[in-house]
Amino acid sequence: MTADVSIRNATKVFGAFRALDDVSLDIAAGEFIVLLGPSGCGKTTLLSILGGFIEPTSGTIAIGGRDMTHVSPAKRPTTTMFQDYALFPHMCLRDNVGFGLRMRGMGKAERYEKAFSYLDLVGLKASSAKKPHELSGGQRQRVALARALAVDPDVLLLDEPLGALDLKLRRQMQDELKAIQKRVGTTFVHVTHDQEEAMAIADRIVVMNKGRIEDVGTPASIYMRPRSLFSAGFMGEVNLLPAKVRGTAANETEVETALGRVALPASAFVSGMPATGHDVTLCIRPEHFRSANTATPTISLGRGRITDSAFFGTHHRCHVAADGLALTAHLPQTEAPEVGAELDLRLKADSIVVLQAGAGVGP
Amino acid sequence: MRHLTTALAATYAGLLYLFIFLPVIVLVLFSFQDGTLPVPPLNGLTLRWYEAIFADGKLMAALGNSLIVAILSSAVACILGFLAAYAFARYTLPASGLLRGLIVAPMTVSTLIIGLGLLSVLNLTGMRLSLLTVGIGHVVINLPLCFAIIYASMGGHQVNIERAARDLGAKDWQVTLLVTAPMLAPSILAAFFLSVTFSWDEFIVAFLLSRFDVTLPVEIWSMLRSGLDPRTNAIGSVVFLVSVAFLIIMELAVFRKTGKSS
Repeated sequence: MTADVSIRNATKVFGAFRALDDVSLDIAAGEFIVLLGPSGCGKTTLLSILGGFIEPTSGTIAIGGRDMTHVSPAKRPTTTMFQDYALFPHMCLRDNVGFGLRMRGMGKAERYEKAFSYLDLVGLKASSAKKPHELSGGQRQRVALARALAVDPDVLLLDEPLGALDLKLRRQMQDELKAIQKRVGTTFVHVTHDQEEAMAIADRIVVMNKGRIEDVGTPASIYMRPRSLFSAGFMGEVNLLPAKVRGTAANETEVETALGRVALPASAFVSGMPATGHDVTLCIRPEHFRSANTATPTISLGRGRITDSAFFGTHHRCHVAADGLALTAHLPQTEAPEVGAELDLRLKADSIVVLQAGAGVGP
Repeated sequence: MRHLTTALAATYAGLLYLFIFLPVIVLVLFSFQDGTLPVPPLNGLTLRWYEAIFADGKLMAALGNSLIVAILSSAVACILGFLAAYAFARYTLPASGLLRGLIVAPMTVSTLIIGLGLLSVLNLTGMRLSLLTVGIGHVVINLPLCFAIIYASMGGHQVNIERAARDLGAKDWQVTLLVTAPMLAPSILAAFFLSVTFSWDEFIVAFLLSRFDVTLPVEIWSMLRSGLDPRTNAIGSVVFLVSVAFLIIMELAVFRKTGKSS
C-alpha cells in the first residue's frame, strides 16, 4: 500500500530551541523522498513527527488525506526503520518480521507465511530461525526492512538506516533499498546526512538546515540549480564568487566580480532577478571549468595559476589562484595539470547559478 | 627473586582461600563423622547422620518451608523491582535520584533493624506471625537488590526496541510482556536466583517473624541449642549444597543468555 503525505506549517520547539520551523512539504504516493542535512537540521525531528513519536508544537500532518497530527505511532499507517535496527534480540528472524502481524491478530500459519515471503524479499529466507545477534550489520538491516514492510505500511520512515554500515555495503544497500521501494510501491521517507546516498536513491531530495527547508527537487536539479547557498554547498564542492549587479539588458544581466565583469543569461538567476546594485553570489561547480575548447557560448573569468593538484581517479582536483582568490577546479582525468601552469577560467554561461543573499525556498 | 615473589603470592592466595573455605570444609567433613561429636579426631566415615536428617519430619518440613518462602518472596521482589526499574528508566519522575536512593537504602540497614521494625508494624496491624510474614520480610530485604540489578541492565538502546514494538502496533502491556521483560531476562533471572539464595539462608528476619511454621535456618538454630551434633553438620552441608546449586543455575541461565545477546 502507499499514500501521499502532506505536512503543513509543522513547527517543533524544545525549550528555547526551534528544531523545526514552519515546515510545509507535500509528498506524492509512492515517492522516494530523502531528507538531507547536517546533524541538528531538524530532519530526524520531522521524521519522528511523521512517525508519531513526537507531536508538533503547531502545524498538521496528513497521510492519505486523513489528519494524523495527534494519532499514536501504533495507529498510523507508517512504520519506522530505526538507525540501530531495534530488532527484538530474543526473537528469531521469523518472529521479528511477524511481530507486527501478530499484534494485528493474524493467525500463526498465515503470519509465518507472510514473514517468510518478506524475508525472501530481502534474501534471508534461509536464516529465518536465526537470532539477530547471529547476523552481520547488513543482514540486520535487511531484517529491519522486512519487519517494517511486513505490516503493509502506506509510508515507510527510514532513520539513517545505512549510517552504521561500511562504505561498500552502504552503496550496495542503497541499490537494494531503491529496488525494493520500486517493487513494493510504498512511499519512503529516508533521513541521511550523506549527499551521495541522497543522490543515489532519492526521487526528490529535501535539503534542510536549522529547522527549515532550504531546497526541494530532483537530485539533478538540486545539484545543478540549487536555490540556496546552503543547498549549493551541502550537495558537493562549489566555488562561491561574490558579485554586484551592474545592469540588465534584454536577455542578459551584467555583474561585476573580483575577476572582472561578466554577462549572464536570465536563466542563471534561480532565486529571482535582483535590482541593479544588489549583492549576489555566483555558484560555480569545480568541474565546470572544463569548457576552454568547446564551441558553445562561454564566459571567461580570466586566467588563473594552478597552485596544487591531486588525482582523484575520476578527475584532477586543482587549487587555482586568480587575482588573490582561491578557486577549486576539477579537470578531466586525461589532462595532466602541472603546478604553476596557467589555466583559462572559461565556462559555459548556463552552468553558473546566481543566488541572492538569504535565498531559499520560502515557508 | 622472581620465583620467590611468585611463591609468596601463591602462598598468600592459598592461605586466603583456606581462610574463606576452611569452615565449610570442616562442616562438610564432620557431617560424615562416625561418632556423636562433630569435632576432631575423625573416627571414620558414615552416612547415618544424613539418614537421620532426611527421616526427621520437622527438619524436612522446615526445608520445604524455606524453599516456598525463598521462591515466592524472590518472585514478588523481582516483579516489584522490575516495575520500579522500568518506571525509573523509561519515565522522567520528579526527584528521580532521591526516590531511587530511597529504594536501595534498605540494603544498608541491618536485617535486625528491618526485622524489629517489621515486628512492631505487624503487631500494630494485628497480623499473626507465619510463613507469610517471613515472606514479606524477605521481600523487604531483597527488593532493593532486585531493583538495583534490573535497573542497571536497562539502557537507552532498549528504548528504540520498545518504540519499534509500539510502532508495529503493540499495546503497552504487550511491549512489557513480549519485548521488555524477555529482553531483560538475564538480569531478571540473576536477581531472582541471587534473591533466592539470600532468602534461603536468612536467619534473623525469619526468626523474628515466624512462630509455628519455621524456615530451615530457624530450625537448625533450635537444633543447635541442644548441643553440637553431626546432624547439624549434615543439614548445614545440605543448605550449602542447595545454595551452590542455585548459584550454578543462575550462572548458567545468565551467562548463557548474555553470551547470546551480545
